Amino acid sequence: MSREHKKGMSLIVKTITRLTVGLILLYGIYIILHGHVSPGGGFAGGVIIALSFVHLMLAYGKETALRKVSRSAASFFESVGATLFLLIALLGFTGGYFFLNFLGKGEPFKLFSAGIIPLCNIAISLKVGAGLFAIFVALVVLNLDSEK
Amino acid sequence: MTGAVNIIPFFVVIPLAGAFLTALLAKKIKWLPDIIGSVTTLALLAISILSIFKVNAYGALVYSVGGWKLPIGIAMVLDGFSSFVLVTVNLIAFIVGIYAVNYMERFTSKWKFYTLFLLMLAGMNGVVITGDLFNLFVFLEIASVASYALVAFGTEKHELEAAFKYAAMSTVGSLFVLLGIAFLYSFTSTLNMADMARVLTQKGANNITVMVSVLFIMGFGLKAALVPFHAWLPDAHPSAPAPISAMLSGVLIKSLGIYALCRIIYNVIGITAPVASALLVLGTLSMVVGVFLAIGQWDLKRLLAYHSISQIGYVILGIALGTPLGIFGGLFHLFNHSVFKSLLFLNSGAVEYSTGTRDLKKMGGLMGKMPVTGGTNLVASMSIAGIPPFNGFWSKLIIIIAAVQAGKPWFAFWAVLASLLTLASFTKVMKYAFFGTLKEKWNKVKEVPVFMKVSMLALALICVIGGALLISGVNEGFLGSASNVLIEGTGYAKVILGSVK
Repeated sequence: MSREHKKGMSLIVKTITRLTVGLILLYGIYIILHGHVSPGGGFAGGVIIALSFVHLMLAYGKETALRKVSRSAASFFESVGATLFLLIALLGFTGGYFFLNFLGKGEPFKLFSAGIIPLCNIAISLKVGAGLFAIFVALVVLNLDSEK
Repeated sequence: MTGAVNIIPFFVVIPLAGAFLTALLAKKIKWLPDIIGSVTTLALLAISILSIFKVNAYGALVYSVGGWKLPIGIAMVLDGFSSFVLVTVNLIAFIVGIYAVNYMERFTSKWKFYTLFLLMLAGMNGVVITGDLFNLFVFLEIASVASYALVAFGTEKHELEAAFKYAAMSTVGSLFVLLGIAFLYSFTSTLNMADMARVLTQKGANNITVMVSVLFIMGFGLKAALVPFHAWLPDAHPSAPAPISAMLSGVLIKSLGIYALCRIIYNVIGITAPVASALLVLGTLSMVVGVFLAIGQWDLKRLLAYHSISQIGYVILGIALGTPLGIFGGLFHLFNHSVFKSLLFLNSGAVEYSTGTRDLKKMGGLMGKMPVTGGTNLVASMSIAGIPPFNGFWSKLIIIIAAVQAGKPWFAFWAVLASLLTLASFTKVMKYAFFGTLKEKWNKVKEVPVFMKVSMLALALICVIGGALLISGVNEGFLGSASNVLIEGTGYAKVILGSVK
């Protein structure tokens, strides 16, 4: 066993986590990309993506999860998500209005439809996912500091 | 006309972009947060002053976000009242931003301060500029949540406690507002404020509007710190860093509390006699209770916080009189209070910056060592106490005359009494902090750095020349057009809906 297997929860939890965590991440991405045609969207999908990393952190300990997404990366993606959202809204000025849906709308209920809505969903999911993960990391780090 | 409308979304876009860019780029680069903060607030001040001229030229301007026309989409509305509050907010924000360049050196991670500061500014501008009731709630929450974090910025024990108390109480206030919005939405089936005013006028007087008025008075009254709902303010405002105290006391309680309350009560629901008298009583109560609580304080910032409650009482008293002169005086006092209360908080921050204490008993004779701080504090003290010719005198005079003219001499009496007690309280501040003999331990005290001095002097200048806003010609365009919006009441619906078609 490698060193990382000594931390975190029991072998059963780790095995289940290893099998499911990718699926959870994939499901989050699915929810985001289908946000404009089915229930869900950027916020829900972002939460699910954040939960997949939180899941990893609970099962394997914080080092393993922070190696995948560090704290600075989380806060970077959070700012990028917010900036992207604002940028999409500003690009509406090309058609004359703030927040105008300036892209072609496409055929309803198809994946490539609804203009800027899927792009907004992706920006929101970045913001929400990274933000939620950053909050969780902050809580974990605070806890460890007080234990010392 | 089309060009004029396009400035409206930028009141929200500029501070949001500034906040996100600060969070994205300015972590490593030390000088960048200051630059972004100053440039964004300067740009906001410029477009808000521009907005006054646009409103005077074209009347009320309506912006349809995303190209969705009223009443379907979210509308942003710029009229006299909003441009008046926007100028107040962004003027104070710009000056406070300059002050913070030096003051916030004491704290770690300046970029976090500027991010939260700009987010709070975006929320306040959003509340003022929006024409949609639910959108107003969203911006209200952005500004509130950012301000909770800013109150706790020093992360000392008492700051965290104050922030928690503020967060808990303010959330209750937000819930009342949300409940009021939910009732109005279920009653009128629309969220646009102009459309809602139209539907409410059609349906006539109803019990639900009374209920909703009470909910809004509680919710926004809590944000504005009217007296029965004021308990969070004396903890929260002193705990924040001085620039934020100035923002909170100077403009946050006004844009989130008074602006939103007046906009909804006057323009959407329509003022009725019982609501007006409730506001009159609440205003007078805040005015008197606030000043009585202030007089016994020895913590400089806490004393100022209690005076904020008292001065908010004046504003509400003036506006609730309902006469054109009363509304005019109330709004003028809103502007004046923003200026001199921000200045007083910046002065208290300067004293704390140099001496490290806020206790009046430990200060003394600082006038000789800190002439700029002492001098500007004297100007601001005389303004808030209502000494002629400073700006506070004129607005208080107008409110008192309006109360007498409206046949309510008792309210005028309380206003005069509160003004005298304010004078007494600030005589105490000047005597203990700046005059008297210099204590030995303050021999090495130095005046504050240059940016702090510049911003305090700028605010003091506005205090001195503030009365000039009454000169005819200046008056109609700025204060007059703001009070006209409130005087026309639910006629707001016709103006806004008419300007879209």
